[in-house]
Amino acid sequence: MSLTNEQKEQNYAALNAFIEEHKNDRGPLMKIMQKAQDLFGYLSLETQTLIADALHVPVTEVYGVATFYAQFSLQPKGEHVLGVCTGTACYVKGSAAVLEEVERELNCKSGHTTEDGKFTIQATRCLGCCGLAPVMVIDEQVYGRLVPADVAGILDKYR
Amino acid sequence: MYRSHVMVCGGTGCTSSRSLEIIQRFEELIAANGLSDEVKVVRTGCFGLCERGPIVVIYPEGAFYARITPEDVDRIVSEHLLKGRVVKDLIYHENDDKPTNTSLNDIGFYKKQHRIALRNCGMIDPENIDEYIAYDGYKALGKCLTELTREEVIDIVKKSGLRGRGGAGFPTGMKWEFGYKSVSDQKYVVCNGDEGDPGAFMDRSVLEGDPHSVLEAMAIAGYAVGASQGYIYVRAEYPIAVKRLEIAIGQAREYGLLGKNIFGTDFSFDIEIRLGAGAFVCGEETALLTSIEGRRGEPRPRPPFPAVKGVFGKPTVLNNVETYANIPVIINKGYEWFSQMGTEKCKGTKVFALGGKIVNTGLVEVPMGTTVREIIYDIGGGIPNGKKFKAAQTGGPSGGCIPASCLDTPIDYESLIAIGSMMGSGGLIVMDEDNCMVDIAKFFLEFTADESCGKCTPCRVGTRRMLEILERITNGEGRDGDIEKLEQLAKNIKATALCGLGQTAPNPVLSTLRYFRDEYEAHIYEKRCPAGHCKKLARVTIDPEKCIGCSLCSKVCPVGAISGKVKSPFVIDQSKCIKCGACMEKCPRGAISKK
Ligand SMILES: Cc1cc2nc3c(=O)[nH]c(=O)nc-3n(C[C@H](O)[C@H](O)[C@H](O)COP(=O)(O)O)c2cc1C
Ligand code: FES
Repeated sequence: MSLTNEQKEQNYAALNAFIEEHKNDRGPLMKIMQKAQDLFGYLSLETQTLIADALHVPVTEVYGVATFYAQFSLQPKGEHVLGVCTGTACYVKGSAAVLEEVERELNCKSGHTTEDGKFTIQATRCLGCCGLAPVMVIDEQVYGRLVPADVAGILDKYR
Repeated sequence: MYRSHVMVCGGTGCTSSRSLEIIQRFEELIAANGLSDEVKVVRTGCFGLCERGPIVVIYPEGAFYARITPEDVDRIVSEHLLKGRVVKDLIYHENDDKPTNTSLNDIGFYKKQHRIALRNCGMIDPENIDEYIAYDGYKALGKCLTELTREEVIDIVKKSGLRGRGGAGFPTGMKWEFGYKSVSDQKYVVCNGDEGDPGAFMDRSVLEGDPHSVLEAMAIAGYAVGASQGYIYVRAEYPIAVKRLEIAIGQAREYGLLGKNIFGTDFSFDIEIRLGAGAFVCGEETALLTSIEGRRGEPRPRPPFPAVKGVFGKPTVLNNVETYANIPVIINKGYEWFSQMGTEKCKGTKVFALGGKIVNTGLVEVPMGTTVREIIYDIGGGIPNGKKFKAAQTGGPSGGCIPASCLDTPIDYESLIAIGSMMGSGGLIVMDEDNCMVDIAKFFLEFTADESCGKCTPCRVGTRRMLEILERITNGEGRDGDIEKLEQLAKNIKATALCGLGQTAPNPVLSTLRYFRDEYEAHIYEKRCPAGHCKKLARVTIDPEKCIGCSLCSKVCPVGAISGKVKSPFVIDQSKCIKCGACMEKCPRGAISKK
């Protein structure tokens, strides 16, 4: 997701407004970082510095929180975010093979983004639809009861 | 008055299989047929039988439609809603040859269940506070504030015998009493909605299907212990739950059920949502409290317990979502009613997320003391595809596996610990003969090694060492002495880790060693995976007696490992085979096996 300068400025304005509104809440840091991640898709050093300055905390504290939690990303994500559920219910029904097939098809390991920036692959935890196990989700769309042979066809819709 | 209610599941599972389109289609067709004044469509929380979703239930008949598509809606409207004729072929069938069931209470899946925490899931529209109120909602809060003293509320909760549903089973009333006795200008009530077990979704379904029950219970807890502020900590991965909570909090404030001077008394209480950010350890109470403060969610040693020193350094009462969901009913119906259910030491019910190799995947709520067998066979419908049951896993990464020999164990906190597992938050994953128990142990260790926060060495380094040994074993490189090393590491980690994450991380290994030691030994000494799961150890072979030489297998093989002459037996080149199993699925004679 690359942003134009204009979008960037708008996002920073929105972030600053959010910070203004919440900086006096109790324990505001994560809330603000979550907002920033929503706006930009990831937390650049620039964004982290801005948050640190606004809250009068060292950047290391922001960075420390960012690296602690899996949800925060320090790199931009691909155009499509693809998650294969590796929750227990999906795992016992063969989600490891589905994930392997996704990695093979896209020639990219889980936790990384394809070279063309199209897909970011993630191994997620239970998505709450164990009845459809094994499950994969692309952006918001859920695909269930998968076998590895289904993968290529589904990916084609996004390539 | 509406003559019919169409309840459509809007839980995460059914939403994933297009239930929102189904709702839209119902609304369109109901309007087009001029039925808008007679029929009401309600988007509810989870019905539990996720395997058969999306689910639509039409009242007053209680007709239970399963695996509905948006295309099916046309027929349901024209037949059922217009002509009053139930569409038989869309109704849920328990199994194909039995006569059709039409109503919820006749279905085996529901017969042995007792829904208390899930009482409103599937019954009401979670985005409409009026529906919650119509089902006795906020009555318990009103009763507490206007008729009961704080001490009386705590006494009722104590006498009910309710114990924490987040895993440890600590008596809830006692916890509230500790909070009540702590002296401070400010106290907090916290709801743990982090639901870290990677294969479970009970708390999520309560939050999605009945958010007000949790808000009401938190306000009751606030009154009892003397807190004016509550926090609900929810996983960020639960967008529907977060949205419904936001709506619910907004409506409760509007109705004066949260905020200043509730029910005209001098009790004020408000609730704020805090989002998690994907760290399993934040389900642990001290880590969760640190995370609410917006910091790295690392646990700290107890004591001091949160009831003395919790969030922002103030006394804090923290309970699990399901624990809270029980509270309003206990207040309304009395502790005597609640404590009739369950076992000697564990009262009430427990919700389980049934998953894995089981016919009826979904959410079930059963009285404590129900046996594992009843849950798996009577409610869960047994193991699909004629396979054999091997084990049931409970307690997630902190728990263990229950083998066939322990199926008749009645479920409660103590009995599960006695057989080497634990209640946990309620994930119950069933495994069949095709699942390798060493691999399952490795799966959980991968999880805990990844989620270890790194603060203490036994957990950070110890889980990694255990994982390395398990990887070696499943890769066919296991050595004599590995089992003993695992046992030694497990003992040390359990004894020295800082928080519950590390202390329980070895459990999946210990319990599989206890019941399935032969599988470990087969991997190490015979370089064989008895379940045929571990790829490095598996051999795919064609039985020449059964092979008819049709050549389908060689066509489907992605690496060209199969060769032969048509009409005579084919063979697999083991040096090329990647053990994907594609040939096995294609073979019309079942001549190919993986062992
Ligand atoms: C590693 C770890 C993870 C935990 N995860 C959860 C969780 O996801 N949800 C939960 O309610 N309790 C979890 N707990 C238990 C909590 O620490 C705490 O005991 C519980 O939330 C208290 O509520 P209860 O008394 O109502 O059960 C976890 C504990 C540990 C050690
Ligand atoms: S384990 Fe994959 S959706 Fe629950």
